[in-house]
Amino acid sequence: MKKENVIEAQNLTKMFGDFTAVNAISFEVKKGEIFGFLGANGAGKTTAMKMLIGISKPTSGKANVAGFDVFTNAEDIKKNIGYMSQKFALYDDLTVKENITFFGGIYGLSRKQIKEKSNNLIEALGLEEVANKLVGALPLGWKQKLSFSVALLHDPKIVFLDEPTGGVDSITRRQFWEMIYKAANQGTTVFVTTHYMDEAEYCDRVSIMVNGKIEALDTPKKLKQQFKVANMNDVFLKLARG
Amino acid sequence: MLPIIFVLPILQLVILSNAATFEVKNIKFGYIDNDHTSTSRALVEKFNASTYFNVLTDFPSEALASASMLKGEVDVLLQIPHYFERDLQKEKQNKLGVTINAIDGAAAGVENVYVKQIVQRFNQNIKVNLLQVSDKQIQPITIETIPLFWYNKTLNYKTFMVPGILVLLVTMITLFLSGMNIVREKEIGTLEQINVTPIKKSQFIIGKLFPFWVIGMGLLTVGLILAKVIFNVPMLGSLPLMYLYTSIYILVILGIGLFISNFTDTQQQAMFIAWFFTVIFILMSGLFTPIESMPKWAQTLTEFNPIRYFVEVMRMVMLKGSGFNDILPQLLKTALYAFIMNGLAVWSYKKTN
Repeated sequence: MKKENVIEAQNLTKMFGDFTAVNAISFEVKKGEIFGFLGANGAGKTTAMKMLIGISKPTSGKANVAGFDVFTNAEDIKKNIGYMSQKFALYDDLTVKENITFFGGIYGLSRKQIKEKSNNLIEALGLEEVANKLVGALPLGWKQKLSFSVALLHDPKIVFLDEPTGGVDSITRRQFWEMIYKAANQGTTVFVTTHYMDEAEYCDRVSIMVNGKIEALDTPKKLKQQFKVANMNDVFLKLARG
Repeated sequence: MLPIIFVLPILQLVILSNAATFEVKNIKFGYIDNDHTSTSRALVEKFNASTYFNVLTDFPSEALASASMLKGEVDVLLQIPHYFERDLQKEKQNKLGVTINAIDGAAAGVENVYVKQIVQRFNQNIKVNLLQVSDKQIQPITIETIPLFWYNKTLNYKTFMVPGILVLLVTMITLFLSGMNIVREKEIGTLEQINVTPIKKSQFIIGKLFPFWVIGMGLLTVGLILAKVIFNVPMLGSLPLMYLYTSIYILVILGIGLFISNFTDTQQQAMFIAWFFTVIFILMSGLFTPIESMPKWAQTLTEFNPIRYFVEVMRMVMLKGSGFNDILPQLLKTALYAFIMNGLAVWSYKKTN
């Protein structure tokens, strides 16, 4: 059975003045896929992602996310996606529970749903002890896991993760990827940017961006065959060095 | 943060209420001429010639004159009694009634001195004239003015300043808090997270307004209690009316703050712009310097100054006991202002860049 596309981009471009941050990228992401969006720092990953989640207007090109056009229906897209930014973006001066309640409320969950979800989530993350503590006091790894869970709170069709494992230890990274797999198994499409090439191996398909362009797009296995190397890191080095 | 929000304004109220001085110009002068003689007309002419008095109005009756003063159209009211000229010549002395709107106590004091000077100079002239007529050495004629200060009978300067300072602190705190707010979220990155949610722009702005609105009303309450306890400022008007007006006024200030916040990228920028407007608004509010003394163009500009309306309403309701109908013009203008500013705040909040 051929799976439907949940993200479609065609020649998507973003210019800042004369500078082309994202240069006519085209790709599709299928439902339930873990799609790795790879690239060096400054390659344009975050800019491309911001266009897809409807907070940055593309300069030209076309894109469809969760069945809605990024130009005309950005607000409809937002109902159907979750987003976790590079920078921790929950409220440091609210407690774990308050953050969950707040974002649940924004997505229009009922009080009962929020209570249920918040209990499940706190239990799953093992945050019972700190549920009533300010989020600002949590260690980074916990914060990241909490933001990911909050991004999934309203059962979005697609979840966008911008360098979710930046700056966390390898055990937490491992746990984080387990969470990503779990979400994907439940049918959520995962769109994840990273510059850790080992993480690329965990993705169903990856695209590699260099200087605003997508230079390669396939499964990690095929990319390794194509470039005749043993791991994704070497694929990336070959591409980045031209 | 919360103690800072409440403690600093209280210090402000206590310190500022004990400072500043005035110069009075463009006094709105009215008179009731019951005499209609050349002497009474000459006296009025003296006021007309003075650079301090203008907008001369001749009132046919005391009732009309009082009504006019109640509306704030007249600052000084001169009553020339019947047979002023006759009695002056016959009894060599007479009494003039002067009523001064003393809401602005310091200004009223100055106005009283001006009136006395003009009348005394006029008095000298009469003496000279009479001498010419009778050609005899006669007693100087004395005209005694009996000032009657309205609304602030003891010319207590603090009574005048406290409501104004209260305006200032409610305004400054709410403007700065709201002005820094959205831009702060931009800086720490939480705004981006909010922008990715399906929240409506108006919902977001209302969510931002509400807590500051509550703080603003809290400040008003604390300020009014202090005004009563420390300065014993009278509260002649209705408290609910004061709160009704303030509740709308704070929305104007918050709308301006959020508008600034949406347009800036850093808290420094927001602070700079908020200060710029605060200083202009305060200096042009009629709080420290009377609007009547400003040049015409500046007076027109004050029409766009929300603080001006709040200062007026505060003084009218607290000191004059003005009612709903008296402050209706200010109330309507403020409501319109609130509507526009919050419309702009919603409009300027961009979820997509």
